[in-house]
Amino acid sequence: MGVFPAGVGHRMSREPSALPAHPQALSGIKIVEFAVFAAGPMVGKHMGEHGATVVRVESRSHPDGFRVHYPPYKDNIPGLNRTGSFALFNNNKLGITLNLKHPEGVALGRRLAAWADVLIDNFVPGVMERNGLGYEAVREINPSIVYLSSCNMGQTGPKSSQRGFGSQLTSQSGFTYLAGEPHGEPMLLFGPYIDFIAVGFGLIAVMAALDHRRRTGSGQHIDLSQYETGLQFVAPALLEYEAAGRVMTRQGNRSPHAAPHGAYPCRGEDRWCVIAVCSEEEWRALCRAAGHPEWGDDPRFATLAARKAHEDELDALIGGWTRQFGRHEVMERLQAVGVGAGIVSLLSDLFADPQLAHRRVWQELPHPELEKFHYEAPPFILSETPAELSRSPLLGEHNDRVYGEMLGLARAEIERLIEDGVIE
Amino acid sequence: MAVADRPVAGGRPPHAGVLAPYRVLDLTDRDGWLCGRILGDLGADVVKIEPPGGDPGRQQGPFFRDPDPEQNLAWFAYNANKRGITLALETVRGQELLRGLARRADFLIESFPPGHLDARGLGYRALHNINPGLVFTSITPFGQSGPYAHHRGSDLIAMAMSGLMALVGAPGRPPLRVSLPQAAMWTGMHAAAGSLIAHHYRRVTGRGQHVDVATRDSLLWALANAPAYWSLLRQDLHRGGSSIVGRSTTGARMRAIYRCQDGHINFIFYGGEAGRRSNEAMVRWMAECGEAPDWLARMDWGTFNIAVSTQEEIDRLEEPFVAFLAKRTKAEFARESVKRSILGYPVASARDIRDDPQLAARGFWQSVDHPELDATVTYPGPFAKFSAARCGITRRAPRIGEHNAEVYGAELGLSRHDLDALGREKIL
Repeated sequence: MGVFPAGVGHRMSREPSALPAHPQALSGIKIVEFAVFAAGPMVGKHMGEHGATVVRVESRSHPDGFRVHYPPYKDNIPGLNRTGSFALFNNNKLGITLNLKHPEGVALGRRLAAWADVLIDNFVPGVMERNGLGYEAVREINPSIVYLSSCNMGQTGPKSSQRGFGSQLTSQSGFTYLAGEPHGEPMLLFGPYIDFIAVGFGLIAVMAALDHRRRTGSGQHIDLSQYETGLQFVAPALLEYEAAGRVMTRQGNRSPHAAPHGAYPCRGEDRWCVIAVCSEEEWRALCRAAGHPEWGDDPRFATLAARKAHEDELDALIGGWTRQFGRHEVMERLQAVGVGAGIVSLLSDLFADPQLAHRRVWQELPHPELEKFHYEAPPFILSETPAELSRSPLLGEHNDRVYGEMLGLARAEIERLIEDGVIE
Repeated sequence: MAVADRPVAGGRPPHAGVLAPYRVLDLTDRDGWLCGRILGDLGADVVKIEPPGGDPGRQQGPFFRDPDPEQNLAWFAYNANKRGITLALETVRGQELLRGLARRADFLIESFPPGHLDARGLGYRALHNINPGLVFTSITPFGQSGPYAHHRGSDLIAMAMSGLMALVGAPGRPPLRVSLPQAAMWTGMHAAAGSLIAHHYRRVTGRGQHVDVATRDSLLWALANAPAYWSLLRQDLHRGGSSIVGRSTTGARMRAIYRCQDGHINFIFYGGEAGRRSNEAMVRWMAECGEAPDWLARMDWGTFNIAVSTQEEIDRLEEPFVAFLAKRTKAEFARESVKRSILGYPVASARDIRDDPQLAARGFWQSVDHPELDATVTYPGPFAKFSAARCGITRRAPRIGEHNAEVYGAELGLSRHDLDALGREKIL
């Protein structure tokens, strides 16, 4: 069975006020987020769950769309603190409200920028500048700031001011064209697929810039185009067009290098397994496991080239077999004999998945308005300093802690700012 | 030799790479190539270690011209910015050589099955003893331990078991993956992120760590907010084809892909203030072309609430848009959507992307010389621009064993004679 790495056992969740049980990778790093939706806030989430102090700046009068417009809501009833999307993307943060339309609000914003090591911005280019918090302005008060600007198209270029959502930008970046049956309509991926690519690259860029700053003292303005991050994932298609003038197209679930390769129906309604046979040994093993060793000798199926030439018949044959069994049974039977197989997981399957449970990916934590919520740990587990999750903030929940303890404002001053609508 | 990236605006000389001082040993196969490529883009010195004869992943096309392991386009894409050496890790001598290299490495990335390197005295604990500061990143389909740790993985299996496939494809038709494999992409990216978080801790404390990356888990974030539906409502979501699900509490579907003259366009009615402006601008364009029915031209988008609209209301609303967009082209929509601030994009192919004026204006494309092919190839550029450091392609992907002399010579003091002997013994 092997030795379990220490990280898996130590991965735990904690109450927001509890001290971490172990040293954390990013303790002491200070992040201020002027960001909304997912592309910016998820970068802060990953850093917060590894120990950074993350201040999420919000507006009560113009709250994050994910607090307002997007289901799911607790009990299907909307509310600023009742949305699953906000919770999922904002664990391990301090939440404050700030009115950047008020000049004193800008001044407080600048104090936060001066406090921070990292500033995360994912507004349309120009918004932060208009609020007096653009890179140049912040650099004057904090010369070594690492300033991540993440937006659709980047800070420059004829389309830089074009607004757009990740769910659609995913189509501009080539993914939608490559999903679907051959000669069929393109298929949507789910939601803002590309935003989460931008998150990963944003996190990488910030971590690299922090290292660079540590060695050189120099800050950085990171100009990240979500579109350009997405293109990293389709590079072979771009090179194929470049080199050979061929436009890669959608091929359903098929692969030029493997057969059988696809989704096959299992017992139950809309229940599927996947099988990916990548060698002749696997093919023979599958035929034996199915109780049909003769399939392997059938001239239509004896080699990869033959199977590709008769792939419709092959898929019908395999589907006729899998149809008799449950998804998990197909997976277990085939994996046991060294054949690649899996289930097409529904959401409910993910929460029952024993491997995800082993890795403690879902961590259900109490929340004042959601009652409890499954936060999601990252896909990488560090052996000594794994992520430690704490719940997402209520709107303005940490105003006192941030303005009072961290920025040192007196109680009376904070109350005055609240009255004047600076702290909303 | 590759052409260096362009100078930054204003003609200042190029900066040093963001991660210039660091050395990476990259033992990955196709499942992990992107991680080292990212660290290489950031300026790290990445040494790709292949079995003698080359990484088997070089065998699967597409290819530049001929089906040749030195012309593999995915190899080119994801192994640019790396030097290349060969090494037989199955041999005792090969294992010694790797230990020698690991002594001075900052990062090691690998994608062998769990236990494979341990069995050869090259696992995390063994190398941590030699180099306690080493960040050792392991990529596997499901993780280093647990009930699925020894399952065979593949792109299709990861896409299926991550939950993403269940959300892609037409209702009533099979669930679908993306035809260009994505699982290794998400994995390589997350592996780089996890490695850099561990790197920070190592810089502060001197201690390396084992970074355990699971391919299947790396795809979970492609589900965006879907898990919240189950957490809050115990609701499963189902694929909607080219319509979106999950925007309405009535369960109504909204079309997101519309046919046009030369392909498809991604356009959706959004809610909120941004949606209102976009929807109004779209209707204005349609009206200018004489294709907006009266009821549509009069519609008050400010009161339109997607979250409570019924399927019948949505279907009726969409009809004139279907007719209008059927007559437009992708390029036309791309132009007008920018001009008119309409939310939406063409469903772009590689050709559409290559022709996008935005990318040209950004200097996104980079020319990379391939003298061995007698060609200069245009590559997609890096994932971000840094104001005070360089990020980009500075060398093409290595040929098999291309840097054996350079790396083994400089690192381990091996002579030409030593290398020849090791080659004859098939250690290199």
